[in-house]
Amino acid sequence: MRVTFTVNGSQQTVDDVWEGESLLYVLRERCGLPGSKNACEQGECGSCTVYLDGSPVCACLVAAGQAEGRTVRTVEGLSDTGLDPVQEAFLDAGAVQCGFCTPGLIVQAHDLLERVPDPEDAEIREALAGNLCRCTGYEKILDAVRLAAARRTAK
Amino acid sequence: MTDIQVTSPVRDGVGASAPRPDGTLKVTGEFAYASDLWMDGMLHGATLRSPHPRARILSVDLTGALKLPGVEAVLTHEDVPGAKLYGVDHADQPVLAIDQVRYQGEPIAVVAADHPETARRACALIRVVYEVLEPLTDPRRAALDPSYEKVHAGGNVVRHQPIRVGSVFEADVVVTGEYEVGMQDQAFLGPESGLAVPAEDGGVDLYVATQWLHVDQDQIAPCLGLPPEKVRLTLAGVGGAFGAREDLSMQIHACLLALHTGKPVRIVYGREESFFGHVHRHPALMRYEHGATRDGRLVYVKGEIILDGGAYASSTPAVVGNAASLGVGPYSVPNISLDAYGVYTNNPPCGAMRGFGAVQACFGYESQLDRLAEACGLDPVEVRIRNAISEGSRIATGQIVDMPAPLTSMLEQVRDLPLPEGVSTDLRDLPGGVANSTHGEGIVRGVGYGIGIKNICYSEGFDDFSTARVRLEVIGEEAAVLVHTAAAEVGQGLVTLKAQIARTELGVPNVTIAPADTQVGSAGSSSASRQSYVTGGAVKTACEAVRERLLELAAKKLSHDGLALSGGKIVSVSGIVVASVAEVLGDDVIEETREYRHRATAPMDQLTGQGDAHTQFAFCVHRAVVDVDVELGLVKVVELAAVQDVGKILNPIALEGQIHGGTAQGLGLALMEEIQVAGGLIRNPSFTDYLIPTILDMPPMRLEILENPDPHAPYGLRGAGEPPTLSSTPAIVAAVRAATGKSLMRIPVRPEHITGT
Ligand code: FES
Ligand code: FES
Repeated sequence: MRVTFTVNGSQQTVDDVWEGESLLYVLRERCGLPGSKNACEQGECGSCTVYLDGSPVCACLVAAGQAEGRTVRTVEGLSDTGLDPVQEAFLDAGAVQCGFCTPGLIVQAHDLLERVPDPEDAEIREALAGNLCRCTGYEKILDAVRLAAARRTAK
Repeated sequence: MTDIQVTSPVRDGVGASAPRPDGTLKVTGEFAYASDLWMDGMLHGATLRSPHPRARILSVDLTGALKLPGVEAVLTHEDVPGAKLYGVDHADQPVLAIDQVRYQGEPIAVVAADHPETARRACALIRVVYEVLEPLTDPRRAALDPSYEKVHAGGNVVRHQPIRVGSVFEADVVVTGEYEVGMQDQAFLGPESGLAVPAEDGGVDLYVATQWLHVDQDQIAPCLGLPPEKVRLTLAGVGGAFGAREDLSMQIHACLLALHTGKPVRIVYGREESFFGHVHRHPALMRYEHGATRDGRLVYVKGEIILDGGAYASSTPAVVGNAASLGVGPYSVPNISLDAYGVYTNNPPCGAMRGFGAVQACFGYESQLDRLAEACGLDPVEVRIRNAISEGSRIATGQIVDMPAPLTSMLEQVRDLPLPEGVSTDLRDLPGGVANSTHGEGIVRGVGYGIGIKNICYSEGFDDFSTARVRLEVIGEEAAVLVHTAAAEVGQGLVTLKAQIARTELGVPNVTIAPADTQVGSAGSSSASRQSYVTGGAVKTACEAVRERLLELAAKKLSHDGLALSGGKIVSVSGIVVASVAEVLGDDVIEETREYRHRATAPMDQLTGQGDAHTQFAFCVHRAVVDVDVELGLVKVVELAAVQDVGKILNPIALEGQIHGGTAQGLGLALMEEIQVAGGLIRNPSFTDYLIPTILDMPPMRLEILENPDPHAPYGLRGAGEPPTLSSTPAIVAAVRAATGKSLMRIPVRPEHITGT
């Protein structure tokens, strides 16, 4: 089948998509956007988190056909110029080790700060509860989100 | 020539929280992990695996699979051109099953096709006729009962390592316990993946996520019937490892398919397949008897540790060595009789995972120390202090600890840290959280302690080395350094560290890390917390050699004696800057390659376990504070405090991340992580059913990091990644025991162990 949707601001038409493919597969294998990750492909880890029409979703749980006519924003499209404050904060706080969880966490944290500019720790934990990280124990990820929030509100 | 007198230490050298060179790519999604690799016209591989833990294969019919449009190859063991068996320690594992399977998930055939789904469907069309046999799943019988059927013809015991010290096995106070550790999974997030590309010379180039490129090459090449130089490996982006990438997974399969089809072949495991596709942490059955004086001083320890290695040997022999040599923990024990066994069964194969044999034992001996404290009416910290080793003590193998071992002060320090406030009134902080299962009723707080000892680097006489090639030249009028090693960056931050070391040793800010591949000598494995030590040591040594040549060149070019390198400048004896590095180099290029070895270790005596088997010891202490809902059996860890001695802090932020992450994996083992195996079958191969800690499960972690240098190690450093994984588990379980009064002999602790229902 053919799927047409907007990815990171530009319209994409993808042909020969098998009906069983997920949005994650299409992004990674057909659109040249492997930034969204494939840690489980079962909706359990959040590594594939992208914005779909402005809401964060697990791209592995969205059938490719469901993206028809809709707008997707991935980690690759978070910032047009340089790094987004959330990306910068993940670097500065040491929240990146292997980095496989990072794109999903960054999109999820980005969404949190869009909604709640100055979240409490409990709100950060709740917002990121669906994103697994095996390397960091999450302490530096909390630091990163706090840092990003502080920098965004200081701007 | 410049004539400025100021030389400042280089930025982002050793000791700084230097940024990761791969960091920006990782936050923008551009970093290429193994599963992201892509080539025009590449095929996708899939693996047919056995549904049975033990069966004879009566026939394999590939017809249906071969007929499926889009399928380009279907291969079985008959298509393996070289050696049919491989293994990281000894070759006992078939590349593809030959006439029988020994565990659920054992690969039988591999397929290459134009789409991953086509490849999977082709697997489903392969007809295998099995004669299903009763699986051998009892590790105790495998260890001790010679009449038990055999998984491999040579017998079920992979290794038995006794420790025998002294002869007094009587004491005033005796405590015993039988403990069990479930099967933990490394659960890295980046699935097993790689891309094999056939080369014009008949060889193959493999881009793969692994922990040790050269040991992969050593195993792959014979199976392909190729000389090693025709099997070239390059490290692709690695999404975590934790031991699970020490053994091969898809490497040989992808190379076979690529050579067979003449096309690039990528294999990417899914999460479910990943649970079958790598080895796990050995589950353990342990019996301990500790004898002590009335005032809590250990007289003897008797112990038995049975580690279930599953169907193939993997690294079981070395895991047994650790469990035995560190089996009584960081305590002075005058009399020891301990036996550690690693066995074959038809359970899933087990091998390396962070902590490697020392984790299981630590849960046993630390639980015993708490029992001893109770029997003697002592505080748990006090009983540990009374028995802790210190510099100059002997461990169970008779080896003298010839480096700082400040356990007493570490224990005091962790005990004296302020405790968190009482039980929270915020629902979200309580066990059960937003599930709203309690408003505070039935909640009891507990505090517990744990301490562990881990050997750093490879032990028992292994020739453990790393290689670094360092090149210094002028690029764009500035001095630039290129560091090339084969060491695997798996997330731990070794790439950062290598650059920091080069900056410090050469004073040149501009350092590039070349991709890791087999075009340079082996770096050994990214395991055993060894890379900072060994590859760090190799980079340091190679930089020193480059520096020496630079100064020779400077002496020659400047006709000047007694020059030194300081702050990135060539300085005279009196400290006057006489030239920049770039000025001295001009068009000259300096390149040096060096191997670095830590001090040699010795094998353990086969009958007594005595010998200087380890090169370095590392220690971490944890204090855990938990709230337990004693009615529902739910646990919330409120705080984890750790004191760890790392010898020398090379990168504070990366180091803290290692301690946090190790602590989290220990929490997982204590409370939630277990591959549940019944009759040899894995019952929970998904992240829905195999739980790893989420951000809601992890408490705030307080760290105190000590720097007592090990005089034998580069910069005095101590390996740091593993020790926190040892000690957090027993600390948490001790805290839950303190809250509930339950004995909790098995980890992970389940709600029903707490409620008794
Ligand atoms: S890959 Fe989508 S949730 Fe794990
Ligand atoms: S950094 Fe490795 S999984 Fe999060």
